[in-house]
Amino acid sequence: MELTTSGDLVSIPHLLLRNAQKFGDRPAYREKEFGIWQSWTWLETAEEIEALALGLMDIGVKKGDYVAIIGRNRPSMYWSMVAVQMLNAVPVPLYQDSVAAEMAYVLEHCGSKFVIVGDQEQVDKVREVQETVSGIERIIYFDPRGLRKYDHKNLSSFKDLQKQGRFVKDDRISELKKQIEAITYDDTCIMLYTSGTTGRPKGVVLSNRNIIETSKNSSEFDKLAPGEETVAYLPMAWVGDYIFSIGQAYWSGFCVSCPESAETLNMDLREIGPTYYFAPPRVFESQLTTVMIRMEDAGNFKRRLFDWGMKLAQRVGSDILDGKEVGFFDRLKYFLGNVFVYGPLKNTLGFSRVRVAYTAGEAIGPEIFDFYRSLGMNLKQLYGQTEASVFITQQPDGEVRSDTVGVPSPGVELKIESNGEVYYRSAGVFVEYFKNPENTADTKDKEGWVATGDAGFIEEGTGHLRIIDRAKDVGKMADGSMFAPKYVENKLKFYPNILEAVVFGKDRSNCSAFINIDLAAVGSWAERNNVAYSSYQELAGHPQVLKLIQEHIAETNLSISQDKMLSGCQVHRFLVLHKELDADDGELTRTRKVRRRIIEEKFSDLIQALYNGSSEILTETEVTYEDGRRGSIKATLEIRDVDVVDKVDRKAA
Amino acid sequence: MNNVSQGDFVTSDGRSIGSALMEMQNITLKFGGVVALENISFDILEGEVRAIIGPNGAGKSSMLNVISGFYVPQEGQVLYRGSLRPTMKPFQVATHGIARTFQNIALFEGMSVLDNVMTGRITKMKSGIFSQMIWKGRAEREENENREVVEKIIDFLEIQAIRKTPVSRLPYGLKKRVELARALAAEPSLLLLDEPMAGMNVEEKEDMSRFILDVNSEFGTTIALIEHDMSVVMDLSDRVVVMDYGKKIGDGTPDEIRNNQAVIDAYLGVSHD
Repeated sequence: MELTTSGDLVSIPHLLLRNAQKFGDRPAYREKEFGIWQSWTWLETAEEIEALALGLMDIGVKKGDYVAIIGRNRPSMYWSMVAVQMLNAVPVPLYQDSVAAEMAYVLEHCGSKFVIVGDQEQVDKVREVQETVSGIERIIYFDPRGLRKYDHKNLSSFKDLQKQGRFVKDDRISELKKQIEAITYDDTCIMLYTSGTTGRPKGVVLSNRNIIETSKNSSEFDKLAPGEETVAYLPMAWVGDYIFSIGQAYWSGFCVSCPESAETLNMDLREIGPTYYFAPPRVFESQLTTVMIRMEDAGNFKRRLFDWGMKLAQRVGSDILDGKEVGFFDRLKYFLGNVFVYGPLKNTLGFSRVRVAYTAGEAIGPEIFDFYRSLGMNLKQLYGQTEASVFITQQPDGEVRSDTVGVPSPGVELKIESNGEVYYRSAGVFVEYFKNPENTADTKDKEGWVATGDAGFIEEGTGHLRIIDRAKDVGKMADGSMFAPKYVENKLKFYPNILEAVVFGKDRSNCSAFINIDLAAVGSWAERNNVAYSSYQELAGHPQVLKLIQEHIAETNLSISQDKMLSGCQVHRFLVLHKELDADDGELTRTRKVRRRIIEEKFSDLIQALYNGSSEILTETEVTYEDGRRGSIKATLEIRDVDVVDKVDRKAA
Repeated sequence: MNNVSQGDFVTSDGRSIGSALMEMQNITLKFGGVVALENISFDILEGEVRAIIGPNGAGKSSMLNVISGFYVPQEGQVLYRGSLRPTMKPFQVATHGIARTFQNIALFEGMSVLDNVMTGRITKMKSGIFSQMIWKGRAEREENENREVVEKIIDFLEIQAIRKTPVSRLPYGLKKRVELARALAAEPSLLLLDEPMAGMNVEEKEDMSRFILDVNSEFGTTIALIEHDMSVVMDLSDRVVVMDYGKKIGDGTPDEIRNNQAVIDAYLGVSHD
């Protein structure tokens, strides 16, 4: 490696070169392949990236080019991003599970000439895009498998490109050096397309300043050190992965491990034992569901031990974690619990060494949140956005609660507008939406304040931010009372049996809901209760399942009725959908957020039935399979009423 | 019927395939009075995907057993790499570069996927039982070398997640894949697949088809397969042999077979009036 840096750390390539000098022989990347963890030191990483950058330079990638990167989390894909940055070009990571049509929009919008992909599947999709979008000059692939017979006119392998780079090194290394030196703090670092719950995806332009300042502040907040271990498994196109796996990793100099495949993630987590971990609530939810299902099947002794341990943990676990006062005998019992229950459980989940864990993206159920904390795992919440380079608020150690998202992150200012919408300003605030000045102006004002689109308030006394709902979803019901669908949906989703819920009620006299059951949880319940079923659809329509869901909703209504502001949001009628809401059908975003408007349009017949008093409805829905083919499913859905608590009752109680 | 015998054959996607790896000449196989195969001749060229199709009881599996050397035909001869093949024991067949999978899965159910695939390397191990017992020197080195080959195959067939899972706990589709992995572990030059897609759903069939094509293109392995599903065969193979009641009724590229009247009759039935 010949590149060095002594200047200011103004970009990711600069951080890489510093790490190669400072942490040279410490591991930077690990990937499990062929059953063994392969690792690369910072020095080796810098050499690999340098060779790739030279190769890219040699095929004509230059300053200001947009280079799309599509693949699962692998060192080669991360290296590609940094190599592109060395040339002051802009990496644009795409969601690898997007279908070709979704990719076409982004590739055309950013005018990408070069695309770096992981494997044959992605090559095929980009080739399909090429039929309609011109301008893609070359595809570079990492895994050659299945590509041998392809026409290589516009196709090159990653390793060949590196070879080419090493070949021209003597001639061009000084040019590369100049390129890196010329990078400024305000050059674009990366462009990320937001999945967008409404409309077309927008390209969020983040500068080196945004990324480096954010990485620095957040690393210091949690005292991240070079010895940290993380596992990179979240989509590379998501801002969080960029900050955690590149920004913070390069700033702090810690090692990022990539799983062998998506299916082996749990085993790989266990082998690595991350100290710094991030997961969206649904990952924690599904893990907890798995644990509970397995405990139901465990022997009597084990189950009783587990129940005893969890009861104790719920009582004292979080307090011990927060360093509060707990009696000697409880501490002793908790210690025993740790030896027999919590320790082994955390080990199974791969959380034995977790020092800091975050969840964000959606509200997390209090029971789920407390479960992990009571085990002694330092799970915290943060609130962030792509436009903020992730961090807006986060919870400091010792001030962790499930109903807030924490205090403003270092360097972030917050304000709440009169309509309840949350605004922020920080060094991480994005530059602009690419080729979209109107939306930029709508979101970010001249003074740099950015609208989050979320309604919330700052809690008096603690200064913690609480989020109620998306600002545009918060509305009024026909009688003028407040309608906050997400608030209700989150409460419903806290039941393991309910995977997804969509609540309607804006401008109507009462609320109603679509429910998606969780196949794993309800399936296990069905097995234990001798309910026979042959398909998702049949299980979803089973009278006993409907009864189960009905009970959950009634309980939720009771809890909603306690809230003065939102008691009008109780769910009066519901139906269980015959299919799972799916990103392939456009009903969810790629990060699995509900796309309310699309669902409203697509299932308008069902919504009508919810409000016209009918007790069942025949419907037909178009579905898209994973390979892009289409089909349709027909079903008759039963609509049920739920008990609600009226206002008079509440006053009496 | 155009019967390609010698020389280069150009496939539909423009690859030219080498000379004959194996030739069947006038094979007749009888079990007592039953004539399973009657005067069949065809060849398998180096690097091609050769399919043998036919209705139930046409003699496909018998044919595969003749190719693998398990059955010895009463008449006719089998040429392997241009010379007459002697009668061989199964393990000798394996050392000569022929590996196969079975119609009814034949794996070691109690062993892990990894161990099952490792057994495919058995013919490549030369260390004696004693050195294997004390686990020193050659035995250890050999195990590591073989494990490397096996891990590449596990990666290739995307079965990393079940590496340590006992085979008995796997669903049918995955067992088939493990069996393919074991056959590949022997690094065969000729791979025989006996109904690799029987009993699979559409998705599993598509996966398996992709793996078969990838094996062919990545490792250059010659593949001979038996299959029921016509559409799969037509997409997958370079050339097809069609059998019916122990006789060969067609031989050629998928397009030729599709338009062959005898084949259409055999599959769709023909009125006998």
